[in-house]
Parts: sequence; C-alpha cells; structure tokens
Amino acid sequence: MSAIPRYAHGSRVPGWDMPADLDKDPATIPGVGGSPSPEVPEGLRKEIEERMALYPDPRSAILPALEAAQRVHGWCSPDALEQVACVMRLTPAELAAVATFYDMLETTPVGRHSVYVCTNISCSLCGADELHAAIRDAAGDDDEFNVRPFECLGACDIAPMASVDGVYVGPLTADDIPQLLDDIRAGRPVLPDKQLARRLVADPRANGSEFPLHPAEHERGGA
Amino acid sequence: MARAAKTATTDSTRAGGPPMLLLRDIDEPGLNTLPVYERRGGYKSLRKALAMTPQQLLEQLKASGLRGRGGAGFAMGTKVSFLPQGDMDKYLVCNADESEPGTFKDRELMQKTPHALIEGIAIAAYAAGITQAFIYIRGEYVLQADVLDAAVREAREAGYVGENVLGSGHRLSLVVHRGAGAYICGEETGLLDSLEGKRGNPRLKPPFPAIQGLYQGPTLINNVETLATVPSIVAMGGAEYAKLGVATSTGTKVVSISGHVQKPGNYEIELGIPSREIVHGLAGGPPDGRKVKCWFPGGSSSPVLTGDDLDIPYDFDSLAKAGTMLGSGAIIVADDQTPILDVALKVAKFYRHESCGKCTPCREGTNWTVEMLERIDAGEATPMDLDIMASVQEHIIGNCLCVLGDAMAMPIGSIVAKFRPELEAHMERARLRRGLNGAGASDAALAAQGVVAAGAGTGPYPEAHH
Repeated sequence: MSAIPRYAHGSRVPGWDMPADLDKDPATIPGVGGSPSPEVPEGLRKEIEERMALYPDPRSAILPALEAAQRVHGWCSPDALEQVACVMRLTPAELAAVATFYDMLETTPVGRHSVYVCTNISCSLCGADELHAAIRDAAGDDDEFNVRPFECLGACDIAPMASVDGVYVGPLTADDIPQLLDDIRAGRPVLPDKQLARRLVADPRANGSEFPLHPAEHERGGA
Repeated sequence: MARAAKTATTDSTRAGGPPMLLLRDIDEPGLNTLPVYERRGGYKSLRKALAMTPQQLLEQLKASGLRGRGGAGFAMGTKVSFLPQGDMDKYLVCNADESEPGTFKDRELMQKTPHALIEGIAIAAYAAGITQAFIYIRGEYVLQADVLDAAVREAREAGYVGENVLGSGHRLSLVVHRGAGAYICGEETGLLDSLEGKRGNPRLKPPFPAIQGLYQGPTLINNVETLATVPSIVAMGGAEYAKLGVATSTGTKVVSISGHVQKPGNYEIELGIPSREIVHGLAGGPPDGRKVKCWFPGGSSSPVLTGDDLDIPYDFDSLAKAGTMLGSGAIIVADDQTPILDVALKVAKFYRHESCGKCTPCREGTNWTVEMLERIDAGEATPMDLDIMASVQEHIIGNCLCVLGDAMAMPIGSIVAKFRPELEAHMERARLRRGLNGAGASDAALAAQGVVAAGAGTGPYPEAHH
C-alpha cells in the first residue's frame, strides 16, 4: 500500500485519491457476467478448490487461498487477487480487505526469502533489536531478502530468534549472520544446529531414561 | 505471601516433581506419529470416553476443575455445558493462535505430541455432541501445522476421526486451518471471523460463541493445552485430577518462562507452587549477579510484579488477589539492568501494532500511550504526563469489544504505578540532556551538571538521586 501523502499537520494532500479511478465501476467478480476471466495456474486453482471443499462456507478458504497465491506470485499482487477472486467467485476488493489485515500477507513486492526477526519483549530483552539491525544491514540491498521485524513468534526460549522462510532458528548472535545469509542464498538448511525443531524441552523432569535421547542439543548456556 | 498450599519442589529430579501429564517423555523419537503414541497408551482415553454417555463425560470434566489454559481461565466443563443440546450444527474450534508475547507452550505440545491434542478434541467433541472441529493455528507455526496435518491424516486413517469414530456412530471432521499473522485472531470472536475468511475483528458479546459462534452455530472454543489435558483427565478420572494443584486451580500447567533467566523454556508445574520455584528453581533465575526487577506472570498482558512478589503461589486465584493474572502461563523476567521505560514501550508498541482498530479507546489509547512514552524518552514530557497516561489506561479498560486494549492498559498502568520514581528520573534525565545542547548531551556533560549518568542498559538503573 503506498502511503497517502499528508501535510505535516496530518491532513491529506488534495489529489490523494487520484490513483483510484472514481469514475470507474467497482471491480466485479472476474469471469462472471461477461467480465474477462484471468488465467489461473492449474495447481493454484486445484489447491483453492480443495480447500473450499473443506468448509461449510467456502469463504473460509480465503486465508489459505491467499497464502497459496502468495506462494505462486511472491506477494498478494493485483493479479494474484484477481485469480483467487475468479476461483472463489468473490470480488478482488473483498480479498484486498483481508490481505491488508494480516502481517504474513504481503501487499507490496518483497524479496523471495523472508527473514522475520522477532523483536517483541522477550527477544528484545535478549538483544533482538540489535540483531535485527545487523541482519538488515548485512542483507543490504540484496532484493532476494525480505528482512523485517516481527511481533512475538512464540519462540522466546530461543531468544533472540528469527523465522527464515518459516524455519525457526535461535538463539542467534551477530556471528551467525554471515552463515545464515549464505545458507539462504545456497538453498541449504539454515543454521541446522540452531533450528528449533531439534531442541529438547527445557524441563529436566520431562524426559526419562526410557528411550535414547537425541545427541546433546539439550543444554543451553546463560540467557 | 499467604500460605503456599503446595510444598516446594526444589528437587528437580524426576522422582521429586509433580506427575508429568503433558510433557512426559515428550522428546521420545516418533511421538508425533501414531504408532509410538498408541504404544504409550494413546487413544485409550477416547475409547474409554466413547463407552460413557456424553453426560457422564461432562461430569468428569466438571469434576476435574480444569480451567482454560489460554488466558481467561474459564472452567472448561462449564463451558462445554453452555452449548445447547440437540441435533444441530455445532462446532469445536481449537485456539492454536498462540500469539501472546512470552507464550510458547502450545508450540511444543503441537510439534511433539499432536495426537494428544487430536484425542482431546475427539473427546470434547463427543461430550458436546459436536461433529465438526477446526484447529486454528497461527501461520508462523509452519513446522507445527505440518506435523498436525500429518497427524490428522493418520488419525483419520485409523478411524479416530471421521465418519464413524471407532465404530461408535459418532461423526467428527477435523480441519487444520492456518492463520496469517494477527494477534487479535487469538481473541475468540476475532478468531471466528478470521476462520470465516474475514478480517479478524472481534464481535460484540453476548451472544457468546457457545450460543452463536462459527457460522452462527454454537461453538466450543478451547486452547491447545486445555484440550491436550483432556485425555489425562479421562484416563485418571476427574476427581483424581482435581487432587493435583490447589482447590480453585487444579492440575498441572505448562509454564513458558523467558527473558532474563538462565534456563528459559517450558516447564510442567503443579499449580500453586511458589513463583520463586519457577523463576529461580526451574529456570535458574537471572544471570549471576543480577536481580529480578519485574516479571510478567501471564504473558505481556498481565500487570507486572516485582522481585518482592516471588513468593506468591502460582495459581489463578493467588495471582488475581495480587492484582495480576495467570493468563496463558507465560513468565517474562526483566532484570535490574533493564530500563523500565524500554519494557513499557515494547509492550505498548506491540498492542498498537496489533489493535484491529475497531474500537476507539483501544485504537487511539494504544497509539497515544506509545507517543507519550516516546515523549518521556525524548525529554519532552513532564510528570503530569504520567498522570495523563495512567488515566488513558483507565479509560481503555472495559470500554471495548474485546480485551486487547485492556491487555495493554493493565501492564502499562501497573508499570506507571509501581515504577513511577524511575520513570520520573528517566524523564528528568532526558529533559536535562535535551536542554543542555538541544540534541543530546553526553553522560559526562550531564555528570558535570550533577546528573547521575546512566545510559540505557549500561548500568543499574534504579531511582536517581538528585
């Protein structure tokens, strides 16, 4: 969403609504009532239709459908919205309203690889703000990356942490950053030793001796 | 503090602690798959439940005294009994949108023992006569959602979920639904709107979801941990479960502890043990040489407590009596080197970002609170601003459709009340710094003026001595 130009005192600069063609009728459902039907990639159409069949009200599939379209297009582009709208028989406006609400749905073009750095309270107590700045600087203007601060990702036990294309890694230090970015660029698993998937539960009473434990990923130093 | 009904269990050996109902051997390889879960006695509770009538099952749940583990702490059995009887489309929604800052217990449960959750859902659905269930999991939990998808598939193939659950004639469909990043979708009615494919705006209550929820049908909404506890309750019997914990807070609870502690993570505790046992005993306390300055007992939405409050028993009612809440069971510890303003600002900014904007007190209140806190840091505030800020918090509480605004107002209100001298000192320092050269004087320059130098995060940060 492009920012609406405003004066210093907050009022909108006249003409802010010019990009929206107010003379035009609102967009209708693509492919219905004579409006042109966009070409929808077959895989995407199938995924959306399967999803719609799972719910009593097919509109419940809007979020999964937008996520699927974002996977195909890289972001919720006007084309992506139009394709989803065509399959789901909704107006693109309805989808845009939903897409603008959720943090994980991108409404502007972004880098292919998302790096969400948690900067909420627990992580920031452990230095997440500095970590985010360092990762952002290290990634520089490489447009492969979408480095952004994120609200609590639910992994405060590995603070400070980041979610790299959905894979949780932590606790991260500044020394991990070059390896992190290299792993992403090379398409390797990111920082395998620091992935959350490999961590054991912290409670020492939880795991008994009735089965062999994973190799020692158990201990974690100070906070 | 008052009596600690439970004796302390400093001994962190397996033998010494409470029974492990949720975390027992949770890292056993393959526990996320059906064969291992079944070998360990999984789905026996479902068979036992299906042999009872729904009414008998409901009595067991009520007898257990289990209170919701998501934040509000409402009695689970009572909630189930609110659903109307009879043949109609009723829904069960498992709230797996775990977004409360500091909380990560459901993540561990879903990732490592997804079948416990599915079994709990199947049992609860049977008790309430529900045939359609959804797990609404936050979109960021990719791994956990994948694990759940696979587990649901296994359960369906084995007949624990589907057209005819274990030949009982009971029907249950179960769908894993991924969110897309919005804290407000953890609020139950915001979650329902989101699940219906809309923006996650909370609804006016009443009608409560138990009467009119998803697709306008009666809906039972429970947290992951609550539902994952249900199989244990059925296995041991409600009355037996109620013997764990203390009278009004029964059972065990997985506590997520993070921030300035040496061993952050999830710990299963018996409700009612002294908070000190968790913060210092289990999690090892703050790093050496530092002290607990403040802690959130139940996620960032709970009013803060100080290091002097660590003897409060960790259960719903004791914490409520102390003016705070158990919430989601997420303890966040900040040590004595943390400027309290940083904590307040982080919390306020989070709620500003996550406010859905529907109700004015929350939308505007969160924004102005952030601006006022920033003004303190910039040296543009006066002590009167603290009074205004406190009054803004009071005007948010109870005036919105949901409690998101309250969730900022309560901790900020408590920070202003408990740390006012430090906030005033911070304000004064920032004002002097700004006044000396307009933009920002060095600590040395301030020291020359007799102002105590204490840059953010660089030293102990108590009340300044003027």
